[in-house]
Amino acid sequence: MSARILSPLVALASGLIFGLGLLISGMNDPAKVRAFLDVFAAWDPSLIAVMGSAIPVFAVFFYFGKRRKAPLCATTFHEPQLTRIDRRLLTGAVMFGIGWGLVGLCPGPALVNLLAFEPGVLIFVLALLAGNRIAHWVVGPAK
Amino acid sequence: MINELIPELIGGTLIGLAASLLWLGIGRISGMTGVLSSLFLWREQQRHWAFWFLAGLVLAYPLYKLLGYSAPLQLTSNNTLLMAAGLLVGFGTYIGNGCTSGHGVCGIGRLSLRSAIATVTFMVAGIATVAVMNLSGGVL
Repeated sequence: MSARILSPLVALASGLIFGLGLLISGMNDPAKVRAFLDVFAAWDPSLIAVMGSAIPVFAVFFYFGKRRKAPLCATTFHEPQLTRIDRRLLTGAVMFGIGWGLVGLCPGPALVNLLAFEPGVLIFVLALLAGNRIAHWVVGPAK
Repeated sequence: MINELIPELIGGTLIGLAASLLWLGIGRISGMTGVLSSLFLWREQQRHWAFWFLAGLVLAYPLYKLLGYSAPLQLTSNNTLLMAAGLLVGFGTYIGNGCTSGHGVCGIGRLSLRSAIATVTFMVAGIATVAVMNLSGGVL
């Protein structure tokens, strides 16, 4: 099969597996995420195991990919080029962290929960999209 | 102890494998912030993978339910809080160029110092926010 047909299928399968991973791990549940962030009171550290397994698995395959010139179904690897640690990065991370702590949702889990048809998830996702666009208009893309 | 963590470990491994598949398959980083931004760049051919990725991600929930599993979802019903949080997360992840997936999983996996610092920063901000909300005694 050609890359034209395969690459959308790769992206679809990856999204599906990613979503199942979020659901199986319980990372989609805002209450569990907030309990993970509740270090000084009712701390539930179990979500460390999600990051602790996802990161090394990706790291191994990422460095395996370093030996290849191109991905299997595309022509180039698109590795992020930004390396700067500046005020923009830190401000963004702080804002994100505050929003994350307020309700326990980050973008991936919010999108995974979309078809649960919870009004709260829909409100969050609409605000998430609005926030993304406001930042795009007001601040613009990083150079 | 490790037995209690089996769902987290299986889920985390699947997330790592999904990110690996996208990287080795089409050379893209599975960051949700990038996927979200791509929705507004639908005219660009090179962004189309993000739509397929998003379709898979969104379909995971109905598939999971169809297979007979339950996925608890306990979320605040305070709409003002949800709106404020969504705006902060949307704005913050755009200017910070990533969230838990792009910086947390893929960035740290690539040994990017920038991503590691972003991840520590949003974790600390999240922990502080929950602590302040606890102290406010339900006002927030």
